[in-house]
Amino acid sequence: MSRERVLGNVRRALGRAPGQAVAPLPEPRLRIAPTPLGERLRVMRTAIERLGGKFYEAASPQDACRYVAERLAGAEAVASNAPLLAECGITALPNVRAGWTDPADLREACARAPFGITCADFALADTGTVVLLTSREEFRLPSLLPPCHLAVIPRERILSGLDELLAREPLPVESRSAMVLITGPSRTGDIEQILVRGVHGPGEIHLIVV
Amino acid sequence: MSAIFDEKIRKVAAEPALQRKVYAATGRLMDHRRQAVTEAALPDYQELRARAHELKKHTLEHLDHYLEQFAASVERNGGQVIFCETGDEVADFLTGLSERRGARLLVKSKSMTSEEIDLNERLERRQLEAVETDLGEFIVQMTGERPYHIVAPAMHLSRHDVADLFTAKLGVPREEVIEAQTMIARRVLREKFLQADIGISGANFLVADSGAVVLVENEGNARLTTSAPPVHVAVAGIEKLIPRAQDLAVFLKLLGRSATGQALTSYTSILSGPRREGELDGPEEFYVVLLDGGRSKLLADAEKRQSLYCIRCGACLNHCPVYRKIGGHSFPWVYSGPIGAILTPQFQGPLHEPGLPFASSLCGACAEVCPVKIDIPKILLELRAEVKEAETRAGANRLERLAFQMWAWAMTHPAVYELGGVLAAAALAGQEEYVRELPGLVNAGPAKAWASQRDVPAPAAQSFRDWWRQRRGGRA
Repeated sequence: MSRERVLGNVRRALGRAPGQAVAPLPEPRLRIAPTPLGERLRVMRTAIERLGGKFYEAASPQDACRYVAERLAGAEAVASNAPLLAECGITALPNVRAGWTDPADLREACARAPFGITCADFALADTGTVVLLTSREEFRLPSLLPPCHLAVIPRERILSGLDELLAREPLPVESRSAMVLITGPSRTGDIEQILVRGVHGPGEIHLIVV
Repeated sequence: MSAIFDEKIRKVAAEPALQRKVYAATGRLMDHRRQAVTEAALPDYQELRARAHELKKHTLEHLDHYLEQFAASVERNGGQVIFCETGDEVADFLTGLSERRGARLLVKSKSMTSEEIDLNERLERRQLEAVETDLGEFIVQMTGERPYHIVAPAMHLSRHDVADLFTAKLGVPREEVIEAQTMIARRVLREKFLQADIGISGANFLVADSGAVVLVENEGNARLTTSAPPVHVAVAGIEKLIPRAQDLAVFLKLLGRSATGQALTSYTSILSGPRREGELDGPEEFYVVLLDGGRSKLLADAEKRQSLYCIRCGACLNHCPVYRKIGGHSFPWVYSGPIGAILTPQFQGPLHEPGLPFASSLCGACAEVCPVKIDIPKILLELRAEVKEAETRAGANRLERLAFQMWAWAMTHPAVYELGGVLAAAALAGQEEYVRELPGLVNAGPAKAWASQRDVPAPAAQSFRDWWRQRRGGRA
């Protein structure tokens, strides 16, 4: 068995016996400065705009829906199964599809649609990051295949930063297959270090706060 | 130094345009990093470095424990861990998996570990198509080269090179505009992502308590590689382990800033395997291939073990006066720059390229910017000693040994030393300020080669010993 050979190599190199005790680790280093919501919103806006993303603070769920409708301008969109999107009326907009149950159907729609609409589980103010947790409501492809990603988030889900997120989610992928941190649009600088957005993922990202 | 190394360096020295390109590109990356780790931008930068070093040290000292914990976590989540001693075993596993899945097309996101074992070539020999999807990697796969730089694989190529390449290899009309070139790659690779049977990624970190693979990227190709095909295989070295997901708070703050000056890169994916109940996308099967490939050998040396702390940010390359001068393709193996200079001799043996640990000014810039505080200059010195020992065992360096034995003898015999001083002063008499060329008979062989790169201050009119004797005499 290769497993036993590799583990044997490692133990021999370290002079350790199978099952030998492990020295204690220091506590995880998480530093969270309590920040009022208004400040988090301000920091979030600055950070995401600096990355070339858009930030919109909706006055109401209806206002969020209006903002989304304006962006779509009637174009096709894939919306996730998140209840918040239905509550805002977004899933009722023309050409917006939601209520996914079939994997092949979802994939095909994401490959074609110019817009993907998701509900962000969290956002990280200091880095301008949108956090996606996969579930039966949120999937990987709607925020990845379409060229434009619209993420809607309840305002109280905006955290100060990564440390606060990991304090709330100490085992982030225990009950789900993925946690993805999305920090601005997809970008590359691989040819002459010239920044180009939207190379494989969405070139455009909007965070809509309700 | 081997003739091949020498030849490669001479080739770069004859290409000023390439040198300017590499110098400018690494310079920009240096600026970005510098701005990202200032006191204002990241006040606890030094504390994070110390913590990262400590965490890596602890993990590697107990690596067997964390490997077992990681494997148990992956299996609990419904994935599988495959331990491999060699690149052959990795290729065998992937071939078997491809046969079982009836797979022909594999998409890959950047993995230095797979470069180490020439995975693409091995797969091609077995009639499997493996396509690199990071834009820079996609380009260098078409030129048949190795990545030039760990975070900027196509740093050495211009938009004109890319235009030539795309026209020749992709059959598209010539396109010189970088944005349009990028969109061509997007279109070509999007097809591949949607058709691929298996996605192969590397791993920036493997998280023991979560059984998770962490991928850090900007383009989205790693997300696509790990989410679009029905199977995801992560290929990584066993040293990539970290104990806890919460430790990412330390490592993620350092990696992006050190590499490109980004607080976080566009995408950080923390992936723990096959899609769960109710999830409608993500892979059906999830495998983590853990490669030893010589790493356990490095672990045995408690001092040099720290070479395995590396998180592949590339900062040491950007800050290295040697890398910036000779470029990434002069280095003899997949890892270039200072980190390559310490990894290569340890993985491939000290005589693989005996000149490598010596190709450093020991200025220490690499250690200063290393986010996990690897003492690269110290390891370089140890490796220099190992090269000399290995050469001596192989029967080389006889002349050098003799010279140093004579030197040692002279240094321990004051009369001989003084006589040497008098003779040298006489031989070099008349030279002004600097000795640029050795006189007559001595100016031959290794002494000539040595002197050709150095100017020695001309001997003073009076020797120190003379002066000292007079001074004592005067006082008495």
